Amino acid sequence: MSVSFCGLDLRHRVINGSGTFDAIAAQRVFGDELYERFPFTAFVSKTITLAPREGNPPPRLWEAQAGLINSIGLPNKGLDRYLSEDLPQLAKLGVPLFTNVMGSTAQELSRLVEACAQFTQITAIELNVSCPNVKTGLDIGADPAQLQKLLSTLRPLTSKPLIVKLTPNASDVPACAQAAESAGADAVSLINTLRASALDPRRAPRASARWLGGGSGGLSGAAIRPVALAQVAAVTERVEIPVIGMGGVQTSRHAQDLIDVGATLVAVGTESFRDPTAAARIALDLDK
Amino acid sequence: MVAPFGRRTVQITRSDTVGAYRVLHAADPEGPAPVAGQFAMLQSVERWGGGEDERPYLPRAFSYARFAGGEAQFLLEDVGPGTNRLDELTVGDEMWLLGPLGVGFSAPADGRRALLVGGGVGIAPLVIWQDTLLEQGTQALALLGFRDRARAQAAELLRDARVASDDGSVGHHGLVLDLLQRELDQDAHAVVYACGPAAMLEAVRAECERRKLPAQLALESGMACGFGACFGCVVPSRDGYLRVCVDGPVIDAARLERVDQHAGASP
Ligand SMILES: Cc1cc2nc3c(=O)[nH]c(=O)nc-3n(C[C@H](O)[C@H](O)[C@H](O)COP(=O)(O)OP(=O)(O)OC[C@H]3O[C@@H](n4cnc5c(N)ncnc54)[C@H](O)[C@@H]3O)c2cc1C
Ligand SMILES: Cc1cc2nc3c(=O)[nH]c(=O)nc-3n(C[C@H](O)[C@H](O)[C@H](O)COP(=O)(O)O)c2cc1C
Ligand code: FES
Repeated sequence: MSVSFCGLDLRHRVINGSGTFDAIAAQRVFGDELYERFPFTAFVSKTITLAPREGNPPPRLWEAQAGLINSIGLPNKGLDRYLSEDLPQLAKLGVPLFTNVMGSTAQELSRLVEACAQFTQITAIELNVSCPNVKTGLDIGADPAQLQKLLSTLRPLTSKPLIVKLTPNASDVPACAQAAESAGADAVSLINTLRASALDPRRAPRASARWLGGGSGGLSGAAIRPVALAQVAAVTERVEIPVIGMGGVQTSRHAQDLIDVGATLVAVGTESFRDPTAAARIALDLDK
Repeated sequence: MVAPFGRRTVQITRSDTVGAYRVLHAADPEGPAPVAGQFAMLQSVERWGGGEDERPYLPRAFSYARFAGGEAQFLLEDVGPGTNRLDELTVGDEMWLLGPLGVGFSAPADGRRALLVGGGVGIAPLVIWQDTLLEQGTQALALLGFRDRARAQAAELLRDARVASDDGSVGHHGLVLDLLQRELDQDAHAVVYACGPAAMLEAVRAECERRKLPAQLALESGMACGFGACFGCVVPSRDGYLRVCVDGPVIDAARLERVDQHAGASP
């Protein structure tokens, strides 16, 4: 069963969540079997920024109740090396590539979008707007008016589909989705991780000892599934553009729930850590 | 060694108590044989979850301690909900296994002998490494440190191991580092292979640096995936953060300025 998404004809409905599958590392680990049985119908890169980023100091992971808190800190090679080193390798996957980008200002994001627009290997651009605004401390995507303004700047820079990855850490997520749509976004994706933290189990006084090297992190996995379902349902009610739903998807039933409330595609993140071929299993079961 | 893409079901064929530890045997007829130092991500098929703090949720990393005749062996210590669940598995129970993963040990060059330094449950990869080296006709002396007598019983998994214990109940009363220094004073034409708690690894690293000796350290780190997907398992190195699961777990000591406090086994 093929699916139409932003003018693309996709083989099935399941893609990866940004930052939860490194196809280049996976090829080294699993060899060419990865290509032969590639689980995702399109591949989303991890978040790319203009300048290279090291990421947060360890520890970066905390296992929560049926969930994972991560404070990875978006490590990446930076735009130039992504385009010159990674893109040629990702093009070999044989599926459409969505490049996920983040910047802390409109200028940074403009440069990222303009650069991606020039590469035919990149099918679509996903904007990670969960970056904190330096002035307000809020995510840049948390305020509908600000998000609309940002999108109006970026929209003319490319004819490729622009997907806005909404932040779930906002008071009115559907309003943010609407703002993105009105400024010309082709799709929205949600949910990103929910802000969360954990204390170091080894140290006293515990209150002053954060476990994660980055201080706090984002919660993903089964624990966030009901929140994801609620946010995806609320967003699909308010926008016409296609929605990519994600958050705690582990089985085809969870994926079907998101589709039932209006998602066009479903992304699998944390479940790939437990089962690297989970997305293929889910896509197959969805078809049954 | 490249891993099959996807986790596979393996059945427990034996589960032995060895002092304070458990040796879990699992039939893995399709599994490629690992290189010593490689690891697998394990989780029980049934009831993975619902333990302490409603965990475990993610799979857990374990070094191959042995692999022969289509059967893998893992040495484990019950330190939390994940190891606790694996510890209670009995013959016929099933696990999911992803592996073999990561970069293993490489053999000594120019006629050096191998000194295997292990601490606690960190001796696991040294068991299969000693088997491999002895088969190749390379000398491989094991120097092992444990907290107490119950843990030190695991020294029987290696051949002719010299033992140190923190409480003096077995062997040398003190650190395994003392045993290493004694050996190196006698014959320093060696490569050191180490796996154990972070403090032990750092002491071994510093000692080898001082003596300008090659050393390979098998590191640990909290992992979510084991195949490079999450970027969660990093340790600092001279050239930035390394992912323990794909750049290691065995890392040339020269690449590290020091061993991170989170990068070792439980003591
Ligand atoms: C490459 C590699 C090889 C390994 N080989 C072996 C082996 O051969 N044998 C063996 O016994 N072990 C081995 N380990 C260690 C083993 O993976 C851990 O002991 C295991 O993951 C612990 O899980 P747990 O649920 O039992 O304990 P946890 O509760 O996860 O506790 C283990 C440690 O993790 C931290 N911690 C506590 N709570 C949390 C939490 N909620 N989230 C994140 N961290 C927490 C603490 O530092 C704690 O001491 C290896 C690890 C690696 C990376
Ligand atoms: C380890 C980890 C790293 C992530 N990195 C990114 C990232 O770089 N960019 C991004 O937009 N989302 C990132 N995410 C969020 C996921 O893409 C996804 O939105 C979220 O995890 C919810 O889905 P899940 O419950 O299926 O994991 C990351 C999530 C995890 C767990
Ligand atoms: S454990 Fe996920 S990248 Fe190493």
